[in-house]
Amino acid sequence: MESYGDLVAADDVLLFVNAAITSTGQREFHGDVDEQRLSLDFLHAYMLGNYRDLYAGVLALDINDHNAALIIRRLLETAKEATAEQRRSEGRLIASRLATLPPQRVYGLFDALRRAGVNNRRTRAIMRDWLSARPDPAFDAVKYRGGLKRALRHAHLAPATEELGTFVFAPLSRPHYATPLLETWRRAHYEQAALYELPYTAAEGFAARHGIPREVFLKRIAPRMTRLETLRLQESARRRGAAGVETDLSTMPLTRLAAYVLSLPAEDCLRRRAELTHALESAAGRVAGTHRGSWGKVTAVLDDSFSASGSGHKRRRPLAVALACHYLLAALAGDYTGLWTSGRSDALLASPYGPTPLGRRILDALDTAPSRLVIVSDGWDNAPPGLAGEVLRVWRTRLDPGRRTSVVHLNPVYDAAGFDVRRLSATVPTAGIRDAEDLPALVELAQFAEGRTGLAELTAYMDSRAAHMTSGRHRERTRWPHWT
Amino acid sequence: MATLDLTGLDTRPSQVWGGVRLVPLVREEPVDDLRLGSLSYGDAMGVVQTGPRRAYFSYIPHGFVATWSKDGTPAAAYGTQLLADGDPAPADTMSLRFHRGTARREARNRLRFLPVHLALEGYLTLHFGGPTIAWEEWSQRAVRQGLAPRVEEAYVGAEVRGLADALRVFEIHPGQCGVLVHLADALAAAFVVPHPEDYRALHPTLVQDLYGELIHHYATLMSPVPDFKARIPDAGISSLAGLRTAVAEQEDAWKRFHDTTMAGGLLEQAYTWRTVHRMGRFTLSRFLPPFRPKRENHIGEAITDDSGRIAYLKTFRLSESQVRRGHLLSRLADHDWHLGDTAAGLGIDEAQLGLRLRSAGFGHLLRQDILDAYRKQERIRQG
Repeated sequence: MESYGDLVAADDVLLFVNAAITSTGQREFHGDVDEQRLSLDFLHAYMLGNYRDLYAGVLALDINDHNAALIIRRLLETAKEATAEQRRSEGRLIASRLATLPPQRVYGLFDALRRAGVNNRRTRAIMRDWLSARPDPAFDAVKYRGGLKRALRHAHLAPATEELGTFVFAPLSRPHYATPLLETWRRAHYEQAALYELPYTAAEGFAARHGIPREVFLKRIAPRMTRLETLRLQESARRRGAAGVETDLSTMPLTRLAAYVLSLPAEDCLRRRAELTHALESAAGRVAGTHRGSWGKVTAVLDDSFSASGSGHKRRRPLAVALACHYLLAALAGDYTGLWTSGRSDALLASPYGPTPLGRRILDALDTAPSRLVIVSDGWDNAPPGLAGEVLRVWRTRLDPGRRTSVVHLNPVYDAAGFDVRRLSATVPTAGIRDAEDLPALVELAQFAEGRTGLAELTAYMDSRAAHMTSGRHRERTRWPHWT
Repeated sequence: MATLDLTGLDTRPSQVWGGVRLVPLVREEPVDDLRLGSLSYGDAMGVVQTGPRRAYFSYIPHGFVATWSKDGTPAAAYGTQLLADGDPAPADTMSLRFHRGTARREARNRLRFLPVHLALEGYLTLHFGGPTIAWEEWSQRAVRQGLAPRVEEAYVGAEVRGLADALRVFEIHPGQCGVLVHLADALAAAFVVPHPEDYRALHPTLVQDLYGELIHHYATLMSPVPDFKARIPDAGISSLAGLRTAVAEQEDAWKRFHDTTMAGGLLEQAYTWRTVHRMGRFTLSRFLPPFRPKRENHIGEAITDDSGRIAYLKTFRLSESQVRRGHLLSRLADHDWHLGDTAAGLGIDEAQLGLRLRSAGFGHLLRQDILDAYRKQERIRQG
């Protein structure tokens, strides 16, 4: 029998996980930056104070990088309060999570630790290990020179080689570098041709300094761009007439791809319909993997109301998640129906417009007699308010008490005022979602939120995820829960 | 005397943000032959020109600014105007001098509403022109210039707490042609346009509109208003079809409640209508409430079509002191601005009426010597 305290703990952890998946401390449609930060800060402090072990364990779940960095920072700041055993397990979790964080985030985190004056032995060891594991120190030195310099200084570390040390602390004091990339960087100060061999972000500054026209620069730097840089810049490059900046859409991750499709004007979508549809479908297929077609009859209610437009910081993010879920569910289901709240049916042309008549759309979805109903919405149900919750409640209590249909609500938006993602109804589990790729894992996680399982199972689940991550298999970025 | 009739406009569920409640009004069929003047759209909007060009009348809302005058300088519509298709410029405009801030925006060719005080002066002047007969008590200024310039107290929407955010997060319904703005659940304004595209163009400008001081106080002092959440009774629902019926009932219940209770103060009053202009099948009129103190009183203007349906509507809720002033003015107007008759009608003597006019802020309309005589008379009476 579970104690009341255990239930509260399980609840708190799930609430925090939802926040850590969805909130990035940026502006949302319904909330501004300060609210988001304040709300998130409170949750972190609360979790750290009450459930230190679980707080660290959350690092093993698919939370977003912003919150992962925050957790690591708070754990290191309060190292004194932890027991020796806790420190060991935290150290392992932190090291494996750092390995999956993008390097610019890690350098940012190190900077934050420096500013906060956190300089304990464990922090220095973690910085040392992470830096020594970097595959190409010269590349880091060129691309993240400031961050690397401050990290080395703060942790009292010696650079990998003497030459690298000179490069980081007094770069132009040498007439020649033996490392090719460092030498290129030196030459790029004087010679335009050299800058095209540098990473894109480093080259951009030199291009501006040499006064190189943007279209010429974009065209020649194209081979040096990362996949995401290409995706981000290809539309602006096309407008400037610089051909050659073309992403291979077939290798793009699903949610990024959905965001890209939504950023295109409608006429481009129509013109490239076949190409885009194929790219989305194959991305969804890759995520579904062996589970393709195994989910039976699935109906999704997808929110494309005006609030799905997100904010200036997260432009169309909620809609992008919904669109990506649409294609992923189509791949997972044997028989799939996708219903948009606006009533439109062409997913490729989805745009945020109109109110959110979720209640009616859920009725339409239930009419198709699905075995799974997935609702992707920010939880602001306003036409009329609360109707979706009522429909789901009556459905669960009166029409389907036997749970023939499993219903889950996935919410891409953190609600700062409620310290959680907004729920539609107490009878339906709600989980936060950031990338559609996490959907299968979240549908499982949502079971915990329904209150049918308690702290013991949740702890077991988190332990197994932590073991999975620290064993190194997490590096493959497999997003499937281990038991499926 | 007739009430305001919103037939053809459907009430949809309200959206709440803090103390602000916005109730969308949706038309089944938009009015196609009356559109916001394409001149005022400027370069910013191409929507009116799309498709085969059909004949339509256009209107320009009161206080709307665009490059209308022949020499290209910006001008404001003095009262809402009705125009025939292709008319070069409206007849009644008020030319504008711009401060630095507004001139900058003008350069981008954006549409914009008038500076606030000018708009409201215009508003009330349009309703009360001032004495029509030059009785000897009225000052020269009152006779020559009427009530203008009068300054009425009002707040621009940006100063009303929560309104800007409410408009930002509001999800516009397909086919939406209007909105009722409630602040702390008091009806602040009604706004209706003929076509959804006009509405989309004007939706953000609601924040630049005027709201009475009562509304401003309500919005500042009141706590957030509750959502009217849907409630479906469990009993008796045994199938999906039954659930669907219950859902439809919920939607109807709100509509009924809103139209009879929430908007009752606006819709159930009889107004005095004055026709300003007729063009084709459309009539532009302004209306006045009966000015009953301590009740909801809205003034406004409307364009109706030949069947009496509202094509365009804009109302402004008067504050309590404005109602009292309006009450005085309408009494005066009823008696052809004759002080003696009006005083008799109100059951007071002339001196008392004169002093009441003065305390209501109309002192400058009376000749100074007359006013002094009233004051002396009152002193003697109180002895």
